[in-house]
Amino acid sequence: MEVGDVYSSRQLDEAEGEQIEALKAASQETIPDPDQWLEGELKRNILLTSVDALLDWARRSSLWPVVCFPACCAFEFITAEASRFDLSRFGMEILRASPRQADLMITAGTLTWKMAPQVKRIYDQMAEPKWVIAMGACAISGGIFASSYSVVPGYNRIIPVDVYVPGCPPRPEALIYGIRMLHQKIAKISLAAEGK
Amino acid sequence: MTLALSGNEVASQIEEQFPGSVAESTADSLLVKGESLLEIAAYLKTTPGLDFDYLTSITAVDYYDYFEVIYQLTSIEHNHSLVVKARCYGRENPTLPSVVSLWRAADFQEREIYDLMGISFEGHPNLKRIALWDGFEGHPLRKDFL
Repeated sequence: MEVGDVYSSRQLDEAEGEQIEALKAASQETIPDPDQWLEGELKRNILLTSVDALLDWARRSSLWPVVCFPACCAFEFITAEASRFDLSRFGMEILRASPRQADLMITAGTLTWKMAPQVKRIYDQMAEPKWVIAMGACAISGGIFASSYSVVPGYNRIIPVDVYVPGCPPRPEALIYGIRMLHQKIAKISLAAEGK
Repeated sequence: MTLALSGNEVASQIEEQFPGSVAESTADSLLVKGESLLEIAAYLKTTPGLDFDYLTSITAVDYYDYFEVIYQLTSIEHNHSLVVKARCYGRENPTLPSVVSLWRAADFQEREIYDLMGISFEGHPNLKRIALWDGFEGHPLRKDFL
């Protein structure tokens, strides 16, 4: 085998670099957190409120997280998932490797700009409705790496975040509290407010 | 336990073979001239009694006036080790010969040094950034990187 055969092509590297630079240039502002539905009580009527209640109950009672664990917060998430903290109590014990089958992204770890296009692609591939929990200091703001040349200063540069769970890393109880807060947030989604 | 060879002793052996190629030696390491690095490395790898068949690691240090690249060599056959250093000058395009042709382990590590320190390795089959992306400006591990 030729030595050159094992290496990626120059064109592939350049395309990857351009993709990262483009994403970085487009991510200089944070994306607003999705919370439109938390206002607008007046738009609800009695019939739709009942449908909303049923739908939101169904949605929040079986959130399936997608696999997105770039760094050490993953271990706290794994602990939360395992027998002691038992996330299956909330109907969310199944982790999906396919974003098509997931509706929650728990961003457990530091994100580098080199990895950012992949994470954004996973998010884009998830079907609506979908939510994001930013887990840990790095996910919220970049944490101790916030001023680094290679780290994304907060996931909300590239994807909208619903709930922030602080900590370095957060304990499983904190993550579960964040998940409970997301449940409360989902409970307020209204079809009328969404305009659908 | 792996025996660390004396830089002084190996240096005198190399000096016999390649006069004037060793710049400095201590009990812990030897500093070779950049232009002789490749032939010395080949000598260290193939000479019976030395047989440095394994490259443990390569790393680099920025001393402002020059860059120093440090090669940690091990002989699995004889269970001994040696530290070899080489310097390269200039901040525009510091260059050293690549040792990938001798130890494939150097492939990724020389790319990492190229990426983060900006040292070019002549003869490397695939010298391009490894940790950062193509198009990134500067070399972050340099002391003057901001």
